[in-house]
Amino acid sequence: MGGHADEGKGSVSRRGFLKSAGVAAAATSLIDDAKKAMEPVGPAPAAAVRGETEIRFKLNGKETVAKVPPSMTLLELLRERLDMTGTKQVCDRGACGACTVHLDGRTVNSCLLLAMDATGRDVTTVEGLAVGDRLHPVQQGFVEEDAMQCGFCTPGMVMSCAALLAKNPAPTRAECAEGISGNICRCGTYLNIFRAMDRASALAKGGK
Amino acid sequence: MNADDPVIPVDPQDPAQRRRRNQQDGARGGKPFKFGQKGDVREVAVNVPPDEPPPWQFGDTHAVVGQRTPRVDAVAKVTGKARYAYDMNLPGMVWAAFVRCPHARAKVTAVDYSEAMKIPGVLVAKDYGSKDIRYALQHFGVVAAETHAACLEAVRAVKATFEVLPHAARMDQALAPDAPRVHSERPNKTGDDFRPEAVAAFEKAAQGCDAVVTGTATTEVQTHMCLEPHGVTARFEAPDRATVWASTQATFGARGEVARVLKVPEANVTVIAHYMGGGFGSKFSLGVAGAAACTLSKELGRPVKLMLERRAEHAQGGNRPSSVQEMSLGVKKDGTLAAYKVSKTGTGGIGGGAGAANPMIYDFGEVAEADFEVATNAGAAAAMRAPRHPQGSFALETIMNLAAEAIGMDPLELRRKNDKHPIRARQYVEGAKRFGWDKRTASGSGKGPIKKGMGVASSLWYALGGRGAQVLCRIRKDGSVEIRNGAQDIGVGTKTILAMVAAEELGIPLSRVTPFLGDTNDPIGPASGGSTTAPTIMPAARTAAFMAGRSLREIVAKTWDCGADDLALGGGKVIHLKDRSKSMTFEKACALMPGDEIAELGKRTGNYAAYEGQTGGVHFAEVEVDTEDGTIAVTRYLALQDAGTILNPLTAESQVNGAIVQGVSYALFEERILDRQLGQQVNADMEMYKIAGPKDMPRAEVILTEVVNGANNVGVAGLGEGPSVPVAAAIAGAVHNALGFPVWSLPMTPDRVLAAIAGKEKGK
Ligand code: FES
Ligand code: FES
Repeated sequence: MGGHADEGKGSVSRRGFLKSAGVAAAATSLIDDAKKAMEPVGPAPAAAVRGETEIRFKLNGKETVAKVPPSMTLLELLRERLDMTGTKQVCDRGACGACTVHLDGRTVNSCLLLAMDATGRDVTTVEGLAVGDRLHPVQQGFVEEDAMQCGFCTPGMVMSCAALLAKNPAPTRAECAEGISGNICRCGTYLNIFRAMDRASALAKGGK
Repeated sequence: MNADDPVIPVDPQDPAQRRRRNQQDGARGGKPFKFGQKGDVREVAVNVPPDEPPPWQFGDTHAVVGQRTPRVDAVAKVTGKARYAYDMNLPGMVWAAFVRCPHARAKVTAVDYSEAMKIPGVLVAKDYGSKDIRYALQHFGVVAAETHAACLEAVRAVKATFEVLPHAARMDQALAPDAPRVHSERPNKTGDDFRPEAVAAFEKAAQGCDAVVTGTATTEVQTHMCLEPHGVTARFEAPDRATVWASTQATFGARGEVARVLKVPEANVTVIAHYMGGGFGSKFSLGVAGAAACTLSKELGRPVKLMLERRAEHAQGGNRPSSVQEMSLGVKKDGTLAAYKVSKTGTGGIGGGAGAANPMIYDFGEVAEADFEVATNAGAAAAMRAPRHPQGSFALETIMNLAAEAIGMDPLELRRKNDKHPIRARQYVEGAKRFGWDKRTASGSGKGPIKKGMGVASSLWYALGGRGAQVLCRIRKDGSVEIRNGAQDIGVGTKTILAMVAAEELGIPLSRVTPFLGDTNDPIGPASGGSTTAPTIMPAARTAAFMAGRSLREIVAKTWDCGADDLALGGGKVIHLKDRSKSMTFEKACALMPGDEIAELGKRTGNYAAYEGQTGGVHFAEVEVDTEDGTIAVTRYLALQDAGTILNPLTAESQVNGAIVQGVSYALFEERILDRQLGQQVNADMEMYKIAGPKDMPRAEVILTEVVNGANNVGVAGLGEGPSVPVAAAIAGAVHNALGFPVWSLPMTPDRVLAAIAGKEKGK
């Protein structure tokens, strides 16, 4: 077989999959595009700009200085430069919540935030939620109600739940579901998370 | 029959066979033990192997085992301290990524890596793997760089030309008469057609039936979508050693593969999986990512991390095959099932293992089966929680519901009549009461646009597990205890029950025992598949703890001048059974040790001959179907599930909850969608590949049926598969009840529901 584009066209029509000319034309142009681009479609970091800038921010209460390239996300900074790997990378595009951290007390997907945009801000990660050995009520609730299996979504879940509890000290199940609706768990721990939140809410009120 | 003989599955529905086998066991002088469930406790003679404690039996009470116990690594997980393979940052570590082809079938004709090599930090950009592309996103090259970002940038800078070939990415395309062959050496469709005698027998039996119902069920491909991708961080240690942190369900299997890839002795390889972020059956091998990382690490002399990127997880990380199941079921007025015929076809992409397994829960009379597999230009299938079963269960339970309707019988009644399994027999009754089955209304009788329905489906699994594990128990002079096995905890709480079993056997609090899993320098353990991890490891753990405890008793016996058998461990003490005035704390006893520690290796022996080999479950679902927009909400769910001895109810329930959540997801949402023209997955991400989220959750309840199964000295069964089998089927049954007719295809997305409604209206 020789010319790629022609072969692409020819083979598609030979297989007889394309009934309508309109569909065939669209498909052909897509194949042409793929060929013309002559490169695999890869994830596209905007890393053309080189060089690094020094940023300062507060990380889990500590003043932190780091040198970052302009395209680096906060997630990459945490995981790859600062070795804070509690915050997880899963989808890297805002769809799963595994990378959730608190920025000035509000949840953000750290995979969507450029590290430079954390300059001067207050960042809390899952590593900074407990006070010494004393777990945050949400963490304690998760432990007691077994709101984890593999645990890979857990840090993000904990951070989303902690932010929710700060806003709403006694969320209903529906409010809790809304609060963590940006977080995906593949093992299926949501039912336990609802229970953990009830427990956390009681703990935060000083209950037992 | 001696306990070392391999397990021969016994048909639990055949009391004669059961009796025969038990007698055989007893004939050699076995001791009687009590096994079974409430209302059905049997004394069975067992030869307890030497060095093993007598089995836990029905009615035994435990101090640690059976308590709701938070997992031992829970704090590590909620504080972010748990380090996964993806989290390894080693000094000098290099990142790697694959270069992939977007086409479903192509030849890579030329590749230019020169631009990629110019990117700062890039160390390697080269061919890797076959240039014969057989599914979209198959890799043909690899890059390695100082940072992850440079790696991704390099991937994008690679230029390639492809000779695009005709593909058959979808099953209908692969079955077309002029379809291109996916594997040149064989036709796309392979498998076993009906045996003519079986069809003849089916037809004869069907003639004697009062109704023969027919239907075709279809299910789509779902992908595993583990949150932690497939991959490893590998460190080759010149000249001939390696340590690999792997996201794996089989540390020992991976160790062998690393050794082969690197050509080093297996003994020189350590595979570590202290934590792993989900596998569900898709992480049994080192995988392409693991092999590439090991190879690169050897080449570069530096540690290498290679984790599949998200879109590749869908394409390359495994999937549950699709199915088309054409069925006919003959039933008599009294509910007797007499004839069942099913033809199953499915695709597992370029891999195998497609199709469906109808769990043979009910007695169908004459059965004729055909089973086909269709190769397609799509990523290879992998085992996924109860491989082949959820799709088979969906089809089977749907046709059962139709049969019940045809003879005017309650669907639960039809199941009870045709299922003699002693555990499910009880679960049907208990579940119906608990769920309020009597409030179920006639199918399709609801008024208004939102219709409610209830469904039921049954589960079986094979309480597998057998030899293949050794466990080390170490008691130190300071009274601390270690319990060690090299297999992995894939998130189900294995580490916790390991410690609980040891604490129970040694009569000490759980806090005194430190469990270790996930390091191949510890004793051999199983791969986590087929619900075998707990039933394989735990009996060996109990034996190890028993042996270590016995050594401790022997030490104390010397000072008290009695026999070790006169002493027992319990309540944190060593006690004298005949002279109650004598007792010593566990720590004091440990301090008497002549050396620094007692270390004993417990071996998993075969299962007892009396073992019956199946677990049972019955699940109930309630739904609301909005007939205007086609959406389905699962409102309530009840799972009754047997898992033998429940070591930790808290984590066992979590595992069943997980099966329910994943089942809701499979029933309503999950579908790998391949573009017909390009053969590429259009939803290879986490926003368009929809899985169940927190708002899709029913109110769910889990009841763990207490069963002492007499398999071994612990009697635990796994929960990976059993509860995963019937969830979609139970939900589909509820939808059927709500609408008055079944929706024959999964996932029951709004378009499919509306199409089913429209089809029904047209048909009328
Ligand atoms: S990794 Fe940030 S949302 Fe998924
Ligand atoms: S616990 Fe595994 S993904 Fe949530």
